[in-house]
Amino acid sequence: MPATGAPGAAPAGKPVGGNAVDIRNFAFAPNDLTVRVGTTVTWTNRDGDAHTVVSTKGPLHSNTLNTGDTYQFTFTKAGTYSYLCSIHPFMVGTVQVTA
Amino acid sequence: MSAPRTPGTADGPGISRRQLARHASWFGAAVGLTVVGGEVTRHVVGGSSAAASPARVPDIHFVQVSDSHLGFKGTANPDVTGSFERAVNQVNALPNRPDFVVHTGDLTHLSTPAQFDQVKQMMSGLRTAAVYTVPGEHDSVDDHGRAYRNAFGAGTRGDGWFSFDLRGVHFIGLVNTFTLEALGHLGADQIDFVRKDVARLSADTPIVVFSHIPLFAMYPKWGWGTDDAAAVLNQLRRFSSVTCLNGHVHQLFTKREGNVTFHSATTTAYPLPHPGQAPAPTPQTLPAGMLAGALGIREVTYHPGNPNLALTDSRLA
Repeated sequence: MPATGAPGAAPAGKPVGGNAVDIRNFAFAPNDLTVRVGTTVTWTNRDGDAHTVVSTKGPLHSNTLNTGDTYQFTFTKAGTYSYLCSIHPFMVGTVQVTA
Repeated sequence: MSAPRTPGTADGPGISRRQLARHASWFGAAVGLTVVGGEVTRHVVGGSSAAASPARVPDIHFVQVSDSHLGFKGTANPDVTGSFERAVNQVNALPNRPDFVVHTGDLTHLSTPAQFDQVKQMMSGLRTAAVYTVPGEHDSVDDHGRAYRNAFGAGTRGDGWFSFDLRGVHFIGLVNTFTLEALGHLGADQIDFVRKDVARLSADTPIVVFSHIPLFAMYPKWGWGTDDAAAVLNQLRRFSSVTCLNGHVHQLFTKREGNVTFHSATTTAYPLPHPGQAPAPTPQTLPAGMLAGALGIREVTYHPGNPNLALTDSRLA
């Protein structure tokens, strides 16, 4: 499991391409995702417990995701989007959106 | 807040030596321990809880329960409802009927209407004059605490904060889970509420503060702290006795900073790891038969004339 809340530069957590984030073992994997503008990212809860995907000062705001539920968001602007699980706020992640 | 009653039955507090040793290793230097009849009683330095001053004003007895997570489903506790029921029964079996019971948050696991209905109904069985609550982050999933306030917000202000006086002690309930990021957060409105709330009080008034997330930096890496707590604690600096009681961390912990003593309570649902002893603060599944020893309730007594509170933490029977 990646270190909780660790910056994305950790050996196992460097920015990763693709458009999917798994929620597993109370962590976002990858916890630092890099995508191009226009990409739709899908978060899937693969834990037994419920989670959310929320950026308190940004556009991400999922409903409660029970096991197997998904949340999608299409990034239309470049930038760095930090988010957390509002139920377990030690779970944090970042999406970096490039032009 | 509500004020219901119904008798219940339960007994048998106690805590293992192993557990005592584990907890003792976490206590701050300013707190001593004694074991009385299987219970762990913590006397804050300077406190002589048995002081026999002429009984002009009766003692204040209250109970803290926390982190019941009704609706949680997992191996760490497959029956959180049963555990909370035992906690309620244990409170009702206390020899001294508490003046009030406070629940320091995470009453529910996911803030659903059914979970709030259930916990409210169960707490209506507490044999006490009043029930107070503060919300946890699990009580405000998706709705900034709307469902919580519908269930428990009567008589509160703002997002659910409140204060009251009882026989010379001033109690404050704070909400630090609605606008959190990595850490708990109080916000300017609530800080202003505290400033005005305590302005009229003399410096020798004992202050007791309830919150879900600790108001001290217990382990910020896991979010176990409140980013603007200093703004409230500064308002309380002139008081000779300030006691902060919190939940969230699902384990006993005590720390003293100047005039303020912080006490984290355990849970009625499931244990979390000690700080740094796991990759993340996730529910811990204990070996069979060990769970009850990690759960518990807390009795608190205030003796008039002694500014320090006496705490007794008992495991679930």
